[in-house]
Amino acid sequence: MISADRTVPTTCPYCGVGCGLQLHIKDEYIYKVTSSFDSVVNHGNLCVKGRFGYDFIYNKDRVTTPLIRKTKQAPGARSQAFDRSEWREASWDEALDYVAERQCEIYRRDGDGAMAVYCCAKATNEDNYLLQKLYRALFRSNNIDHCTRLCHAGSVVALQMALGSSAMSNTAAEVIHSDLFIVTGSNTAETHPIIALQMKAAVEKHGAKLIVIDPRRVEMVNYATLWLPEKPGTDVPLYSAMAHVIIKEKLYNQDFIDSRTEGFTDFAKSMEKFTPEYAEAISGVDKNLIIQAARMYAGAKNAAIYWALGIPEHSHGTDNAMSLIHLALLTGHIGRRGTGLNPLRGQNNVQGASDSGAMPWHYPGYQRVDDEVAAGKFEQAWRIEPGGLNRNLGLTTTEIMGAVGPGGVRSLHIMGENPMMSEPNLNHTRHMMEQLEFIVAQDLFINESGAFADVFLPAASWAEKEGTFTNTDRRVQRVRKAIEPRGQARADWQIVCDLAERIEKKLDRKPTAFWAYENPSEVLEEMGRVVPEYAGVKYPRIEKAGIQTPVLDDDHPGTPFLFADSFPRGRGKFHPLEYIPSVEMPDEEYPFILTTGRLLEHWHGGTLTRHSKLDELNPEARIEINPADAVRLKLEDEQAVRVSSRRGTIVLRAWVTQRTTPGVVFIPMHFAEAAANLLTIDALDPLAKIPEYKACAVRIVPAGKAELARPDAKVGRGRY
Amino acid sequence: MADITLTIDNQPVTVPAGTTILKAAEQLGRQVPTICYHDHCTANGLCRICVVEVDGVRPLLPACLSRVSEGMKVTTSSARAERSRRTILEMLDSAVDLSEAPEIQKLLDENHADRARFPAAERREHTVLDDNPMYIRDYDKCILCWRCVQVCADDAQYTHAINFTGRGFDTSIGTFFDKSMPDTTCVFCGQCVGVCPTGALKPKREALLEQGVSLDEILQATRGGQKRRRKPS
Repeated sequence: MISADRTVPTTCPYCGVGCGLQLHIKDEYIYKVTSSFDSVVNHGNLCVKGRFGYDFIYNKDRVTTPLIRKTKQAPGARSQAFDRSEWREASWDEALDYVAERQCEIYRRDGDGAMAVYCCAKATNEDNYLLQKLYRALFRSNNIDHCTRLCHAGSVVALQMALGSSAMSNTAAEVIHSDLFIVTGSNTAETHPIIALQMKAAVEKHGAKLIVIDPRRVEMVNYATLWLPEKPGTDVPLYSAMAHVIIKEKLYNQDFIDSRTEGFTDFAKSMEKFTPEYAEAISGVDKNLIIQAARMYAGAKNAAIYWALGIPEHSHGTDNAMSLIHLALLTGHIGRRGTGLNPLRGQNNVQGASDSGAMPWHYPGYQRVDDEVAAGKFEQAWRIEPGGLNRNLGLTTTEIMGAVGPGGVRSLHIMGENPMMSEPNLNHTRHMMEQLEFIVAQDLFINESGAFADVFLPAASWAEKEGTFTNTDRRVQRVRKAIEPRGQARADWQIVCDLAERIEKKLDRKPTAFWAYENPSEVLEEMGRVVPEYAGVKYPRIEKAGIQTPVLDDDHPGTPFLFADSFPRGRGKFHPLEYIPSVEMPDEEYPFILTTGRLLEHWHGGTLTRHSKLDELNPEARIEINPADAVRLKLEDEQAVRVSSRRGTIVLRAWVTQRTTPGVVFIPMHFAEAAANLLTIDALDPLAKIPEYKACAVRIVPAGKAELARPDAKVGRGRY
Repeated sequence: MADITLTIDNQPVTVPAGTTILKAAEQLGRQVPTICYHDHCTANGLCRICVVEVDGVRPLLPACLSRVSEGMKVTTSSARAERSRRTILEMLDSAVDLSEAPEIQKLLDENHADRARFPAAERREHTVLDDNPMYIRDYDKCILCWRCVQVCADDAQYTHAINFTGRGFDTSIGTFFDKSMPDTTCVFCGQCVGVCPTGALKPKREALLEQGVSLDEILQATRGGQKRRRKPS
């Protein structure tokens, strides 16, 4: 029996739920993870990733020394180097000097537009705040984004337009106070497992009713009163038909509409054409289910809506989210406990990375870069000459990739992201990565993107550094250094500061924007001075339990639910909507709609989980096909299939299952051997610039078993 | 809810109706010993270590389950309750490997249990089940407290992968049709591991480390191939 030398409380590095962890350490080795039963977020419960998925820290493939490519890479002739023999080890001084030199050379030659950075929703608030500060203060570039663009950008834009805020309005645990809640575009049981437990308990123990609206028969359907199996990309007609019913049957909350909203008359007019019959014809959902769902939602005492990426990841993702927001504005199901609009954030710190300004249009705290007052404020805070900061909106994640080339983006800094897995239409992404002049990657492993880099900087894992994460319900929680970084790995915030000082010196920027922090707590305090919502978030206050933003000063208690009295923009605003079909609809050549997403056991691009024992539980990509389609295609379960879209082809195993509906297939995004994003389409939402991951057209034909990446892989299959 | 006044070990205490004797005693700062009880799980009164004597009630009552009533007189450590506890501990110790259950070890000492009381007792002997990459199941150490089953079911996960199997002395925790864990509904959340009080359920990495397996080997170790098998009795 091992007794721990010490246990260190920290926050889980995987999803946005933000579970509390206790790391048990013996001889400087983390051998076990538990969770305290009085943890606020998760009450001692964890999922497989949180409890068992930390072993990537010790994977022998982890890079723990700075690396420089042996062969100098040139635009157009850039290659991927996964093998360590193609790299040489370097000291930190050499590696950082080299990065600073190359980046400054490009900046001096081509200016701010040539510089771009991918910040990271897995890194801490402090890491992200500093990296965006480096790009804004030194390179004067707003080409700063991170994977929020690929996840909830549509939700964020819609919420900003309608309410003036973009976070979850309520606390996840409040679901037990709802008497009805809608889950849509979310496989909550796999992607936010601990919130799903609270949802299950709400149904089983607290008498709440659940409506699931999703093209897939996700696990939560087992707990639902109604399941509306819509076709991917038909959210606007479906939710607008619910609004139509609520308006027609006068089920709306007149007092709320009068006192808290604007634009109702025009909106009501735009909803007239969205009859349940019309929505049925487009979405495939029985009109009676739509009517019933509308009546249940409007008739509930406290109703909440939870959604994940099935809503925003469309070329009309902003409209999709808007159609959900309308339901809350019509019925007044917002601003009270157990109600609200709740986009479930994917990454552990995607809320925080967005709050910290890792975005192309906003400084920290969603203050626009093209706003003179905001720019002036940050010029003062970062000691930059008046007018020094760039007022032009920067490029978004996918736009950065699209702008690579002479006259466009030449240098890319990647902190912890993996665009070569997570961007849509990967063949195109690959081509663009090859065209870059300089790439520096800051990560734990040489992933598909880091393999393209000139310099690889080994970063400390979450268990090896101090900082904070902000979870999906806006709770800022501590991340603690439990063990020393492996090898020479260093915390991201230290790497960024060290690099910034070198760049500052080379560019002769005076006076300094300040990089000499001793502790990340100083970084968060600096951020609190420029972001009002974080003014009262300080390390001593969150040592025991996190605190939910906005926290306006040192005495402010935090904010469990938003919008009790008003919306940040004043009145909630209705926006008339039109139905816009997905860019690519199924046809004879490509008859199936492909939708993509996550699995319980894996995480996004797989950099962490595919270097963990988690990979043994779910070692290969499988395409989910409905039995009716399998019969038509003469496919058997576990058979190899070739799946093609207009952009790419992959071979993977078929999983014939009721989890998906006829005409719709699902492929998880985690597996480089059969990367779903080789197939997806890089069509963007015009407002949010989020790609359409959730709908593209594919064709499926049988393939040979030998073509599979792992023909003998075995997935134990009992779980839903 | 209405308040109820009772006495515990001659001390009066007032608590809301519906409170258990265990919680009422805690309010007085008295700790009734428990084994199967866990604040996070539904109390089920299985182990009977928390039994207390209540005036006018013939049997000993499990404090974790029994609700207080007006005027109740509770004695937490009567000679009868203590003897009952001691016997339960002695029986557990005679059949189960309690070497990794420090809290039960402490109870054995505190209750002056005679560890040699049942020398001829049959011990629970199972093969260690190592059928998945995440945790091992060593049911020699299992006291059937039921916590793992409860958190797998309605107390947390709603997964229902494990339950009681067998009867009487042969009762054990198992899966439907004896399937290996990856073939059950198990999602490997490890809620069960988190509430196990005796080390019967243990993260595989911790188990390997205990066995002296080097860190390098732990990183390489793959899924164990052992089939679930009872040793012949």
